[in-house]
Amino acid sequence: MNTFRLALRNLLRNHRRSLTTLLAMMVGAVSILLFGGYSGNINYGLQTDFVKRSGHIQIQHKDYFLYGSGNPAAYGIANYQHIIDVVKNDPVLKPMLTVVTPTLSLGGIAGNFAQGVSRTVLGSGVVVDEQNRMRRWNDYGFPDRYKPLALSNTPVDSAVIGTGVARVLQLCGPLKVAHCPQAPAKASETGAAAPDDIAALSAQENSDKPAQPATRIELLAANAHGAPNVAGLNVVQAVPQGVKELDDLFVMLHLAQAQRLVYGGDAPQATAIVLQLQHTSQIPAAQARLETLMKTTLRDDALEIHDFATLNPSYGQITGMFAAIFGFIAILIGAIVLFTVGNTMSMAVVERTVEIGTLRAIGLRRGGIRRLFMAEGLLLGIIGSVLGVLMALALAWLINHGGLTWTPPGNVEPVPLMVRVWGESRMIIGTMLGLVLVAVTSAWWPARRAAKLQIVDALRHV
Amino acid sequence: MNPVVLRNVAKHYRLDAVDVPALADIDLEIHPERFTVLSGPSGSGKTTLLNLIGCIDRPDQGDITVDGQAVLTLRDDALSDFRARRIGFVFQNFNLLPVLNAYENVEYPLLLAGSGYSAKQRRERVLGLLDAVGLADKARNRPGQLSGGQRQRVAIARALATEPMLVLADEPTANLDSHTGAAIIALMRKMQRELKVSFVFSSHDPQVLAEADDVVSIRDGRITGIRRMEVAA
Repeated sequence: MNTFRLALRNLLRNHRRSLTTLLAMMVGAVSILLFGGYSGNINYGLQTDFVKRSGHIQIQHKDYFLYGSGNPAAYGIANYQHIIDVVKNDPVLKPMLTVVTPTLSLGGIAGNFAQGVSRTVLGSGVVVDEQNRMRRWNDYGFPDRYKPLALSNTPVDSAVIGTGVARVLQLCGPLKVAHCPQAPAKASETGAAAPDDIAALSAQENSDKPAQPATRIELLAANAHGAPNVAGLNVVQAVPQGVKELDDLFVMLHLAQAQRLVYGGDAPQATAIVLQLQHTSQIPAAQARLETLMKTTLRDDALEIHDFATLNPSYGQITGMFAAIFGFIAILIGAIVLFTVGNTMSMAVVERTVEIGTLRAIGLRRGGIRRLFMAEGLLLGIIGSVLGVLMALALAWLINHGGLTWTPPGNVEPVPLMVRVWGESRMIIGTMLGLVLVAVTSAWWPARRAAKLQIVDALRHV
Repeated sequence: MNPVVLRNVAKHYRLDAVDVPALADIDLEIHPERFTVLSGPSGSGKTTLLNLIGCIDRPDQGDITVDGQAVLTLRDDALSDFRARRIGFVFQNFNLLPVLNAYENVEYPLLLAGSGYSAKQRRERVLGLLDAVGLADKARNRPGQLSGGQRQRVAIARALATEPMLVLADEPTANLDSHTGAAIIALMRKMQRELKVSFVFSSHDPQVLAEADDVVSIRDGRITGIRRMEVAA
């Protein structure tokens, strides 16, 4: 009769109390795993969104990240195509890469001069086909939500804008943007009518111009020499961006058009080279290789690299927030399990005091008593955590197949509500080990008390 | 050699701030292979004396030697090992482990003592003892499935499992009817003679006293007399 068999029988003897304790542990394990699976899914979702939009790593001109975002002329990468070729053909990086593509970010003023309105915007020049390939990245197996860019298969002077930009530029009507209220007329627009001769001159002036489509805007930006330059763009669609601040600034255009706007007839540049990898776990290896390249093959270029977490500080903030909540919940549940198991074991010690005295009298050492009760705590921990994991897996499956959806912050469309427990072996093993540790720890004090009982006092216990 | 020797033993209990003397000036030798009864009224100190002999309690003064070993010099683990190998216990309330069946209850001290029995020898020893106490057919029964008399028989088998030189029994018939009590006394007497073990009881049961070889009378914590029967040649 080894200690564990005896411990197991003692647990089964008081099966109702053992079951209650196990239930508390199971609820604890389920809570930790479901919340962990939920927050893990949010982390993966955020990561997927960021990696689809801005890749895993960006190569930028040195100091662009800190000082150059408003100045693409000064912080552009001149020979970006050469760098892309080096990266794409590097034997170490090549197997890791899915897409390498340049982008050009610029600030400017978009105007719908037919309506007499304008606003500041942030423009982004992209290679549409490569961006579409980036949007196919789905390393975490989310339900396929691939949508090509609205800029796909459009002429080079096309643009996509945020719905906030469309609203200000009074393009909601022509672009058929839903839920887009028209701005109230300004006081100046309701003033006295212009004199007849002035009105006639204006009508004549307008009649001389060729008819422009209603979706035409002009994008004004500073060129490489600091002089203003204007590009006429045809807006093909207004796309909501999820975050109002971005929605009110967003303009996407073809890279070639953006380069013409900023660099004119000079050699075109890019503000970033975006690298998308097969897997996020390859970031350290890819970064290390890029650092090496920057010291050798690309040493003449003043470059620096940033991963997606650095480029998107909100990723770290959101994952950090969920990690903090997860930690708080885990500590809370750990404390509940600690006291539940501790209470169960304390009651067992009190109820079995005479038995403890008998065991000691017939020769079981103090250490043997301690081991017996610790073994009971350990068994409770193991059984409770295993059953908890099984229950969490079952509940997660039900949730994942229940058709529930939610709209995460920054998203426009609802996404399926998913709880990732299956496959999250680190979280599962960590939860199990944590619960077992808590159960053993909570059994320690009652076990110690049992071992220290005086034999004659224990035998006299009523 | 006498299996138990007590010299000038005294024991006090402390109740709140008051010292209550339980035993005083105890000088006693238990003779080998005898059926010895510690007799006296309730509160006289016989259970305390039995506990001291059984090495499950310590005196405030004096020396105790069991099987030639000065037991008060032993540390707790060594004392546990000593009890496991050399002393068997029979309790008033049987004190069997409820989660073990009769077989396992008898086997448990053998596992504790690590007495060098192989698994086969252990099995033969346990089944032999259960057969000797008339419970061979109840080996798989748990204590809850046995009568009081049957439980005490299992307890006797358990006490004898490690071939101890001394068996201590605290009021072993107190919770049994007179018929069953008599049967238990007869069984212990039979086992004591067959296995040549020293038995020490605390009891005021006339049936037990009638079977005793030696009777140690105790009153108010002091030995008031020792009656030893002649050993038959």
